[in-house]
Amino acid sequence: MKDRVNKVFLEVIGIDPAIDSEKLVYSEIPGWDSVAHMALIAALEEEFDCMLDMDDIIDMSNYDKALTIMAKYA
Amino acid sequence: MPDAVSLAGRLAVVTGASRGIGAAVAETYAAHGANLILSAMSNTAAVECLGEELSGRYGVSVDVATGDIAHPATASALAKLAFSKYRRLDIWVNNAGVLIDGLIGMIPDADIDKTLATNLAGVVHGIQAAARLMQRAKAGSIINVASIIGRFGNVGQVVYGASKAGVIGATLSAAKELAPSNIRVNAIAPGFIDTDMVRKLPAEKYGERMRSIGMARIGTPQDIANAALFLASDLSTYVTGQTLGVDGGMVI
Repeated sequence: MKDRVNKVFLEVIGIDPAIDSEKLVYSEIPGWDSVAHMALIAALEEEFDCMLDMDDIIDMSNYDKALTIMAKYA
Repeated sequence: MPDAVSLAGRLAVVTGASRGIGAAVAETYAAHGANLILSAMSNTAAVECLGEELSGRYGVSVDVATGDIAHPATASALAKLAFSKYRRLDIWVNNAGVLIDGLIGMIPDADIDKTLATNLAGVVHGIQAAARLMQRAKAGSIINVASIIGRFGNVGQVVYGASKAGVIGATLSAAKELAPSNIRVNAIAPGFIDTDMVRKLPAEKYGERMRSIGMARIGTPQDIANAALFLASDLSTYVTGQTLGVDGGMVI
C-alpha cells in the first residue's frame, strides 16, 4: 500500500516520500497547492480504484495522514 | 463526420429529474444515447416511472436515487453510484431547485435558508462531486440551471434571484478552475417556462409575464433540454463559463 501511495506522490507532487517524507505538507511546499491536491486525490483514487469521502480529502494534509487515510481504501 | 450530438455510451447525472425541465433533459439525453442517473428529492414514484419509461423506450441504462440536494451527502452518493457502476461521469446537470417568492420585509428565515441551500449550495455540492470524477478522465460537462431572474432580478424574488445569480457566479468560477482539466461548466438561464412552478402563479401575474416575452409564447421544458443537449454534447467542446439565456426574448 505504501509503495502505491509513494508512487502517486512522486508522480503528482514530484517528491519521493521514501527519500523526504517530512517535507510533504499541504500548502507548505510549492508543489502541493490546492490544484495539486485535487490532482493528487484523483491519482490516488485512480491507483486504488476508489472514491474518497470529502472529509478524507480535506484531512489529507500531509504524507502520514495520506497513508492512514489510504489504508482505509486499500 | 461523426454525430456530434450523440451522447451514446456517456453517463449523465440529472438532479430534479422527476418532472418539468429535469425530466425533459433526462429524456433528451436518453434519446441521444446517454445512460442516466436521475435524482429527485422525494417524488420517488415519479422518477422511478420516468426511469423505466426511458430505459424501455431508448434502451439506455437508468438508475434512480432520491435525496435532498441541499445536503452534501446527496451529491456525493450520486457520484459514488456513477463511480461504482460506470467508472465514469461525462455530464452533470444541476437542475434541482425551489421557487419561493417573498416581498422584502416579509421573507421568513426558513425560506431564505431553504432557497439558498437548495438552489445555490446544492449546485456547489454537485459541482464538487462531479468535478472529482471528471478530473480523472480530463473531460466532462457540468450544466447549471440558473434563471433569467438571476441575471436581471424581479420583484418579490430577492432570495430566488440571489440564489440564481449565485449559480451564475459559481459557474464562472468553476469554469475557470476546471478548464485546465478540460471540464466545461456552463449555465442555462431559462425565462418563463411551462412547468408546475409557473402554473401556481395567479392569473394576473401569469398574463403579465406572458406579455413580457418577445416571442409571445411560454417556453417549454424541451426548449431548455435542447440547450442542455448542446452544452452536454461535442457541439460545445470549446464553450465554458457561459450563461445561455433561453427565454424567447423575455424582458423583465
